[in-house]
Amino acid sequence: MVATALSLTHIGSLMRGVRSVDEVGADERAASLAKRSIKKASKLWALDLAVRCMDLTTLEGSDTPGKVAALCAKGIRPKPGDPTIPSVAAICIYPARIADAVEHLRGSHVRVASVATAFPSGQSFTSIKIAETEDSVRAGANEIDMVIDRGAFLAGDYQRVYDEVVAVKEACGNAHLKVILETGELGTYDAVRRASILAMAAGADFIKTSTGKVQPAATLPVSLVMMEAIRDFVRETGRPVGFKAAGGIRTSKQAIAYLVLLYETLGADWMTPDLFRLGASTLLNDVLMQIDKERSGVYQSPDYFTID
Amino acid sequence: MAITKKQSTELAKQVFEYAPAPESIDHVKIQPRYGLFINGKLVEPHSKKHFPTINPATEKKLAEVSEADEVDVDRAVKAAGKAFDSWAHLAPSRRARYLFRISRLIQERARELAVVETMDGGKPIKESRDVDIPLSAAHFFYYGGWADKLEWAFPNRRPRPLGVAGQVIPWNFPLLMLAWKIAPALAAGNTVVLKPAETTPLSAMVFAEICMQAELPPGVVNIVTGAGKTGSLVVAHPGVKKVAFTGSTEVGKLIQRSLAGTGKKLTLELGGKAANIVFEDAPLDQAVEGIVNGIYFNQGHVCCAGSRLLVQESIAEPLMEKLKRRLGTLRLGDPLDKNTDIGAINSRAQLEKIQGLVQSGLDEGAELYQPECVLPERGFWFPPTLFTNVSQSYRIAREEIFGPVLSVLTFRTPAEAVEKANNTPYGLSAGVWTDKGSRILWMAERLRAGVVWANTFNRFDPTSPFGGYKESGYGREGGLHGLAAYLDLN
Repeated sequence: MVATALSLTHIGSLMRGVRSVDEVGADERAASLAKRSIKKASKLWALDLAVRCMDLTTLEGSDTPGKVAALCAKGIRPKPGDPTIPSVAAICIYPARIADAVEHLRGSHVRVASVATAFPSGQSFTSIKIAETEDSVRAGANEIDMVIDRGAFLAGDYQRVYDEVVAVKEACGNAHLKVILETGELGTYDAVRRASILAMAAGADFIKTSTGKVQPAATLPVSLVMMEAIRDFVRETGRPVGFKAAGGIRTSKQAIAYLVLLYETLGADWMTPDLFRLGASTLLNDVLMQIDKERSGVYQSPDYFTID
Repeated sequence: MAITKKQSTELAKQVFEYAPAPESIDHVKIQPRYGLFINGKLVEPHSKKHFPTINPATEKKLAEVSEADEVDVDRAVKAAGKAFDSWAHLAPSRRARYLFRISRLIQERARELAVVETMDGGKPIKESRDVDIPLSAAHFFYYGGWADKLEWAFPNRRPRPLGVAGQVIPWNFPLLMLAWKIAPALAAGNTVVLKPAETTPLSAMVFAEICMQAELPPGVVNIVTGAGKTGSLVVAHPGVKKVAFTGSTEVGKLIQRSLAGTGKKLTLELGGKAANIVFEDAPLDQAVEGIVNGIYFNQGHVCCAGSRLLVQESIAEPLMEKLKRRLGTLRLGDPLDKNTDIGAINSRAQLEKIQGLVQSGLDEGAELYQPECVLPERGFWFPPTLFTNVSQSYRIAREEIFGPVLSVLTFRTPAEAVEKANNTPYGLSAGVWTDKGSRILWMAERLRAGVVWANTFNRFDPTSPFGGYKESGYGREGGLHGLAAYLDLN
């Protein structure tokens, strides 16, 4: 697999050839799309999609089997007693909690996503990253959220980053690979675009903004830059790659802004959990609250939404 | 109940067509009939004549406005002349206070002004809300700051106001052009008689209310409505010492001819046929946004619109593909809808002019591209349009269309880009898109245009002078240059 990658020895020069991004222009475009006004039927539909595309996440040192069990229950049936609310796309957890998630999600359509490759810093041995990925898949993870080696990327060692993504992709087998760029550490939109192209060329099924452990995490302009990179990559290769925004998305309004960005940049084809995800730990209840509000016309007390 | 990917995509297309999000118009009161604003009051016209102003998106009448005749214009200029002495000698800090007060009132009534501007002119509410009205307030705020610093602005000169300024403005940015004209004139100590465009007088009438609300001394600002005839009366009145005109090159030439030998100071801001130049190293996705903003902003009713796209041949194909895709996402329709990108064409006459020029492009052999676009049944509409295979000699590459129509030409080298960009009788603005800083400076030195934007387009600020070369007019508006135009500095 590594040997067949045609641009292997040229990754560095390939990266230098990646087109630049104008920061002011990208910020302006993202800001103008954030002003779209989404109302009534469109809003309800967008909120429903936000739930269907959600990777409900817990990534804490204090995660326990009990915490994961509660999260799985919430993911399968976000609002007890209301079957019109769909399940989320996946539960996203640390490798040590995969077994718990697999057990509690059995029989549902909710997938198990695990972070891997020395999340969140990625500062470890490649062998360990590969082993962690293989073990996670073996434990039942359907999706792997890996981090790129930002140290190597910022040092200009694109080859190392590329090879690692290729190797992890191989270790994934049938599991889907999401590659986290950790855009908050990359510094410029040029670097974000370069990292996006690199990850996609190395075989990423999804590219993802952030771990959620670094500020800034996902922002609209960074997401725009990544979506535009996907658009160009699809044009060149014909292979659709998904996009995941993660970190700091807490309100329905933010979630809708991402959907608008997605709709106007990549189009309706991307508005499916197969190609779009929102990684979030606290967003779900706000979305549920807004759905209730749209349906009934009034806001309910937070006490009517379960805290898991 | 799992939804398949195909169903989900279909659903996205059906449902995510954004639901209507109309701006509320309940808070806006448009009077059935407006008088002329002369000497601090709205008065009935001597002419006894009124004409309707319509909403170009619906063709429905919004109100009737007065048609000022010779007597009316004479009254307005005399009122301004009478007010001049005390206004010019008012403590400059007091003049500043009035300008700041007007700026604040524009901000306070921003929603109302945005709705009026959109209903009367057809422009999308997001543009009147986010561009026209805030910039208008910013102009008054900026020039208010200069009012008591004129000696500092022009050191070792003795800045004195000129007298009554006669100002005639166009219909593409009604309130903003009013602000560009009135704010520097008042800051410098002049009084004004302003004639708004025939098709878009309403925001100027709201501005008249604002002048009264601000308790501006009577006669300092006078607003006379009417058609071209009224404008020529304002310009020709012997009491007027300074003429400022924004509009077509054709009318500008007439004005210049009529003023020869009168000693009146004149500034003209006329047409344009700006080149937006994209080099092969440009950030393409942002360049596409700049191109779209350059020509489809305000339906292309922009004198500095980037109506000629000059693209380096090596990237013409991917750029065109991106541009065409982007055109497909533009939302044309109800200007009051907050999600509308392209509103209505300002008038039937303008629509016919655009249609005529587009037909000439087809006849001359250019290739037309328009995205799929349903035009509303009533009102004046034109879809975003792109012409490829355009030669320098085609009318669509030479004449100002003033509509959402872009002509695409290619070039091979920077020198050729400069040559083609300058090969026009106009010279108002230009855009350069490249990642290379030195090339931006190289181009800016050579482009004969009043404004050169680098990696952006249609960006305005009250502090920045704006104006043209050649048939795009002379004189500058905005910044200190704009202030100098209203002062005697000798």
